[in-house]
Amino acid sequence: MPAPHIPALRLGRPYASADRAPVPDYRSGEALAWISQVNSALIRRDLFRPDGEAAGGRALPAADLLETARRAGELFARETLPLGEETQSPDAFITQVSASTGLPCPLVRRHVRRIAELCAHLPEVLRGLIREDDLSLLDGGWVKHNGAVRAFAPQTPALGVVMPSNSPGVNTLWLPAIVMKVAVALKPGRDDPWTPYRLFQALLAAGLPADALSYYPTDHEGAMAILRSAGRSLLFGDDETTAPWRGDSRVEIHGPGRSKVLIGEDLLDAAGTLEVCISSILENSGRSCTNASTIVVPRRGAEIAEALAARLATVEPRPPEDEEAKLAAFVRPEIAERIDAAIEQGLRGGGAVDVTGAVRGGGRLVRAHGGTYLLPTIIRCDSLAHPLANREFLFPFASVVEIPEMEMAEAIGPSLVVTALTRNETVIRRLLAAPHIGRLHIGPIPTWQVAWDQPHEGNLFELLYRRRALQVGEISAPVPGRS
Amino acid sequence: MSVSRAGREAAAQTPASGLADAVARAAAVRDGWVREMMAWHFSPETGCPFWLEWKEGAGWDPRDRVQGVRDLALFGFFQDDWLRYTPLGKWIPHAYRGKPYHVFETGGTTGMPKQRLNWNDFQTDYAAFSEKLNPQGFPFGADWLHLGPTGPRRLRLAVEYLANIRGGACFHIDLDPRWVVRLKKQGQTGILDDYMDHLMEQTVVLLKHRPIRSMYATPRLLEALAERLSLPGVGIVGVFCGGTSMSPQVTRFLVEEVLEGKVQFEPTYGNVLMGVAYAKPLEPEDEWSVVYYGPQPRAVLRVVDPADPTQDVDYGAWGRVLLSTMTREFFMPNMLERDEARRAPPCALYPWDGGRDVRPFQRMGERIVEGVY
Repeated sequence: MPAPHIPALRLGRPYASADRAPVPDYRSGEALAWISQVNSALIRRDLFRPDGEAAGGRALPAADLLETARRAGELFARETLPLGEETQSPDAFITQVSASTGLPCPLVRRHVRRIAELCAHLPEVLRGLIREDDLSLLDGGWVKHNGAVRAFAPQTPALGVVMPSNSPGVNTLWLPAIVMKVAVALKPGRDDPWTPYRLFQALLAAGLPADALSYYPTDHEGAMAILRSAGRSLLFGDDETTAPWRGDSRVEIHGPGRSKVLIGEDLLDAAGTLEVCISSILENSGRSCTNASTIVVPRRGAEIAEALAARLATVEPRPPEDEEAKLAAFVRPEIAERIDAAIEQGLRGGGAVDVTGAVRGGGRLVRAHGGTYLLPTIIRCDSLAHPLANREFLFPFASVVEIPEMEMAEAIGPSLVVTALTRNETVIRRLLAAPHIGRLHIGPIPTWQVAWDQPHEGNLFELLYRRRALQVGEISAPVPGRS
Repeated sequence: MSVSRAGREAAAQTPASGLADAVARAAAVRDGWVREMMAWHFSPETGCPFWLEWKEGAGWDPRDRVQGVRDLALFGFFQDDWLRYTPLGKWIPHAYRGKPYHVFETGGTTGMPKQRLNWNDFQTDYAAFSEKLNPQGFPFGADWLHLGPTGPRRLRLAVEYLANIRGGACFHIDLDPRWVVRLKKQGQTGILDDYMDHLMEQTVVLLKHRPIRSMYATPRLLEALAERLSLPGVGIVGVFCGGTSMSPQVTRFLVEEVLEGKVQFEPTYGNVLMGVAYAKPLEPEDEWSVVYYGPQPRAVLRVVDPADPTQDVDYGAWGRVLLSTMTREFFMPNMLERDEARRAPPCALYPWDGGRDVRPFQRMGERIVEGVY
């Protein structure tokens, strides 16, 4: 069967481009699909349309949109949906994502569950983001409780999204925008065009107005067109990709997380401490910004590093269909080689030891089951200043460093997620006061675990809406919205 | 990187017998022209000092050994720097001594530009190009707008000449492409936007107050203009477009949306060293992929293997563009362009090899953008 064609979606309308790019199977190189590639001026033309007011399901009540999203989650997980002019079953979707991203099937399945759960939990998610129980706020723009008015003004008719390829689950970050009545203009990641397309199809099948969704597979220039034309955007990427947009209030950046697990003196020997570390490092094959890349301990670093290494060294590549598979293959082997070389270079400079290497007794770069893998790696570093200590790579990799307990909160620097395993109130107080920690887990909660009512990275509602001062006096004409 | 219909032309198309005859006739004309040019450039009465001195150093006489385009390989590859640093006088053919000339420079490059002297070549090229233009899109007597590079560029005079020989006037927007390249390299998008606005404001004023019907523009400037006004709405009926590469999708977007399906679109590929290569009129089976044919015999385009540029690639395969220009004013054999294309077979209109989907040459190991997180 020829590889299917995935069209772009221009305000919901399928558009077959004259330029198409293959989505290759990482093992055979064969095209799994051909994707329509659109040019940057086409994106600008669509996003400059002045009819934004009508787009994005703005006319539908928030309650209806929540129900649409809930149904879409079920369709996404369970039903056969359109894929261009073909169709795609849930199982085919799992296989295709695995074959183009290198993620093993069981991990892709976990992402599918997570996306469906998010769709079902959107009311809690929205209440968490908006900090308002009455979601009809989204319909009228303001609510009044006990005499106090809360009003918000939308900042854009469309949210631009420049997606990564590392894991399907990141699509949960833009999904709430649909219920916030903001249209989505999305550039899929190169290796995972599947997930946002399928989610869009699920939302359309569930009844979302088509003009709320634009799907623009495109190049770097097209990504720039999205970021510059949409009033607000989410940008995923490494430091180099995101640097030009730092400080631009229109763009919320999702870059490397440098997430960490901190262990206090009191829990160094506690049961479960090691488990939290292992899970934080290994989940999703270490591909997420919420994976721990540094384990911070007050002392006994060598011993803890060895214990982690002994456990992680048992994790080996398995075929992608294997239910026990935990490691993802690198779609581009040269990236694995480059990462491996960077680690070796860091080790040669001294001050760091590859503890897993000693346990395993072999190299970390391996070829297996038709793919290229980097095996889980624990590096014991002399200090957090070591080039490998506060570093994050696309595989299960963590450094172990010693920092005195009372200095940890300050010393760790910007960290997307911090899991603190301690009962020491002073340490906890310092962590709560640290401005550079994005999300704080106190207790045995792995870094990757989300709570529906808490924002993940940034707050989508605060990106898309601004608090507005509103006073409503007695007037004869009715004011739309609630009183 | 977009890949369009890979291998669609993998099987070489065998020309029908009529076409085969035309190909043979064109090849004979071309090879006759090559011999004429060898006689011109390597005779002391007509040739320029550069090539006459080259002949002395080489120890062989091209007039004896170069009988056709294939024999141009004997010259090896032309060096860019010869056009940058050779004293200009060495490029003046003896036959042109004492006659006034233009110095034209390559487009957006920074550093020392390549330079080419011109007496009548651009007029010859554009008179020939004019004959290819459809009067529906480029009516005789109509005024033109040139929305492209000015300064020491051949195009600025060429478009005006084209308008003049078709009985019209030409208006210009002053554009410095090197400033644009510099802003892009420095990531100065704000200033770039300002400059674009500055260009567009001037263009809109001209289009409102002058009865302009035909124009030259680069693809980017055309897109930007259409974001401000309707081109057919202000009376534009034909656009001659070039200067940067156009993927099939960009071509389609320009025709269908920028020009609203109502304006004649004439894509071209060219530069100061070649002249202007013509596009075969787009057919539905081209799927918006444009094929360009060099203006033979004055310039010959080949699509060659980057690993061994003496060899053509197969029809349909990607290769690097190799250009040889041969006029009485200028001889430049085997110049490796910074472009790549898919080799296209001869067609009835242009019975010699062409290049499809021309775009900047991409070397192996280009930077891979890591779309992580």
